[in-house]
Amino acid sequence: MAVVAQRPHALRDIPLHYCPGCTHGISHRLVAEVLDELGIEGETIGISPVGCSYNNYDYFNCDMVQAAHGRAPAVATGVKRSLPDSVVFTYQGDGDLAAIGTAEIVHAAARGENITVVFINNTIYGMTSGQMAPTTLISQVTTTSPYGRNAKDHGNPIRICEMLATLQGPAYIERVSLHDIKHIRQAKKALTKAFRLQREKRGFTLVEMLSTCPTNWGLDPVESMNRVKNEVIPYYPLGVFVDCEKEG
Amino acid sequence: MGEKLLMKGNEVIAEAALRAGCRHYFGYPITPQTEIAHYMARRMPQVGGVFMQAESEVAAINMVYGAAAAGKRVMTSSSSPGISLKQEGISYAVGARLPAVVVNIMRAGPGLGGIQPAQGDYFQAVKGGGHGDYKLITLAPSSVQELYEMTVEAFNLADKYRGVVMILGDGMLGQMMEVVQFRDEEPISEPAKPWAATGTGMKREHNTITSIHLDPSVLEHWNDERQNQYRVIEEMEQRFELYNTDGADVILVAYGSVARIARNVIKAAEREGIRLGLLRPITLWPFPTHAFEHVMPQAKAFLVLEMSAGQMLEDVRLTVEGRRPVFFHGRMGGMIPTVKDIMREVHEIIGTREE
Amino acid sequence: MHHEIIIAGFGGQGILSAGRLLAYAGMVDGREVSWLPSYGPEMRGGTANSMIVISDEPVASPFIYSCTSLVVMNNPSMAKYESYVEPGGIIVYDSSLITVLPTRTDVTAFGIPATMMASEMDELTYSNVFLLGKIIERTGCVSLDSFEKALYDVLPKRKHHMVPEEMRVLARGMAY
Repeated sequence: MAVVAQRPHALRDIPLHYCPGCTHGISHRLVAEVLDELGIEGETIGISPVGCSYNNYDYFNCDMVQAAHGRAPAVATGVKRSLPDSVVFTYQGDGDLAAIGTAEIVHAAARGENITVVFINNTIYGMTSGQMAPTTLISQVTTTSPYGRNAKDHGNPIRICEMLATLQGPAYIERVSLHDIKHIRQAKKALTKAFRLQREKRGFTLVEMLSTCPTNWGLDPVESMNRVKNEVIPYYPLGVFVDCEKEG
Repeated sequence: MGEKLLMKGNEVIAEAALRAGCRHYFGYPITPQTEIAHYMARRMPQVGGVFMQAESEVAAINMVYGAAAAGKRVMTSSSSPGISLKQEGISYAVGARLPAVVVNIMRAGPGLGGIQPAQGDYFQAVKGGGHGDYKLITLAPSSVQELYEMTVEAFNLADKYRGVVMILGDGMLGQMMEVVQFRDEEPISEPAKPWAATGTGMKREHNTITSIHLDPSVLEHWNDERQNQYRVIEEMEQRFELYNTDGADVILVAYGSVARIARNVIKAAEREGIRLGLLRPITLWPFPTHAFEHVMPQAKAFLVLEMSAGQMLEDVRLTVEGRRPVFFHGRMGGMIPTVKDIMREVHEIIGTREE
Repeated sequence: MHHEIIIAGFGGQGILSAGRLLAYAGMVDGREVSWLPSYGPEMRGGTANSMIVISDEPVASPFIYSCTSLVVMNNPSMAKYESYVEPGGIIVYDSSLITVLPTRTDVTAFGIPATMMASEMDELTYSNVFLLGKIIERTGCVSLDSFEKALYDVLPKRKHHMVPEEMRVLARGMAY
């Protein structure tokens, strides 16, 4: 009997705790598939964030180190500088990376730290129950912007890829989306490339994945996917922002 | 022992760390400890180590966390305001049971304060500092030679107990030059670290380094284990020095650079026919209660000297428990206690007692 | 023997390095020594001082509130430290820069136009060496051989050719 689908080895056989319709399960699986396919699970150390995916150290089969909120790039730096031949990735949400951890991500990118950042952008704080994030869209209602985000009071949403792309350090930056099969395939391609470039010691790589949060968006899973497609992508355009293989 | 060298306290800390096998240092500039970073920046590349100037104190301590998680001997250093910023990372490192050495070359606070020596971070160092129930073994060297020996010891203690060890000095100790003699070989004891995140190599179960335990009973158990370990440390790791305490009219209690001034006071008192002793805590946590029990039978009074409003004073009172009078003299803001002022206190104490 | 020495002046006059040389020479002589610099933003241009203890006994405090010898190279330092000198102690000052002369009668003061003499030699870094010469001559706090060794050990190699000249400058300070 042919096996047509199975759990990647790098993903442990433990039920995920995420809400129905949440795309964390997809992004976890993509990371695990890439670790499998590149054959790097045994040399990989992942850095878990603070946020809904705080305990993804239980889900991945590689060694995992849990970081304080926002500090994953600094922790990753400490690990990578200690074990330069290892593969190190951080897995961070938009509150973690784009708010409290802004300094750490900017400087890791500026140093060209040879790590891969998996950046989950669902335009909201999930774990703490739906507060406004730096990535929350204008007019989006959250528990801390109950009348909708407005630029005058709350500022405008931050586009992380575009911001980091102005630096000299990054080797590869791409924004992808997880809202349908076609885009998930592209996300995997991007992730594979990011890890491959890290192994080639090309520098800092980041893949931003536009993701869902049905629970805190107050939408069902299908509506959530549609929101990514119709509302989120228009503000956060998909594409490659830095690619060291396409330059000079 | 090697040849006699005249070296700055801060540089000796860095050299000692290298001798202890530390090959990873992450820091951020702040007076009066920056010579540690200068030394590391120069030497680390020569010995195949890593020096990194982080973007902030916060980043630096989290890089320390990462390197410690990877099983490396690692250190950061800073001065008071920077140490406040590191408290988050220190609490996490303790929670994740990561060994690391943190150096605080204290300056005067609060806030940006000044850059002259002070001891106002005693509470922060010995009572926890960050959130949660934890303790740091806190070493308080009093000379450049001790800065060397205790930095080496700090790494051994950090590994022995899988925790963060703090070296608490001040601007005077960090900036001064004194003679130091390095040992030909360091007494390094570094246990294997099978828990470290180094990659499974597909040969073992994965290791996870974390400080989160959402189940209260699990977290309480974890805390119970720490507290039990702390009781062992309190019993086993107290370090102190007693000088001239037999038959002393008053026993001075002082640590670090203030203990140096206390020695001048003892000399000045001797010239007046007054006998003073010195009880010098070397570990601030565990607080050297044994030293007090040792001198208590013949002690008449204690005079605590600090460059603070009276922080160690509280631990002295908790230890003495009212059995003897405890007096205090302190200076703040970067001012250094004078022999004259301390002698005035001594005269008052002796006068008081005779009444 | 027990010497407590304060050297004070402007940053850039070699105040810290002069102190370091004395402490180093004391170490070579086999004494117990300490050197404590002022530090911080006064490093350039502002007032700087260093405190040196050279003793047969272990050094208690490296921070001193009085001294047996004082070297001063500017007016503000004279105003601040003159009172620090113990009765019977000595003050050596740069008379080409200091216009407010010491008033104490219980100490011995020596004025040497050190900066002028150094500028005549076209080498301003010698100015503090003239003054150290006088301190060494009056107190014997360090031996000449040790001071010479200190120069070689403390100065960077590219300045080693200056050491014989520095020793001659020291001798001129002693004889002044």
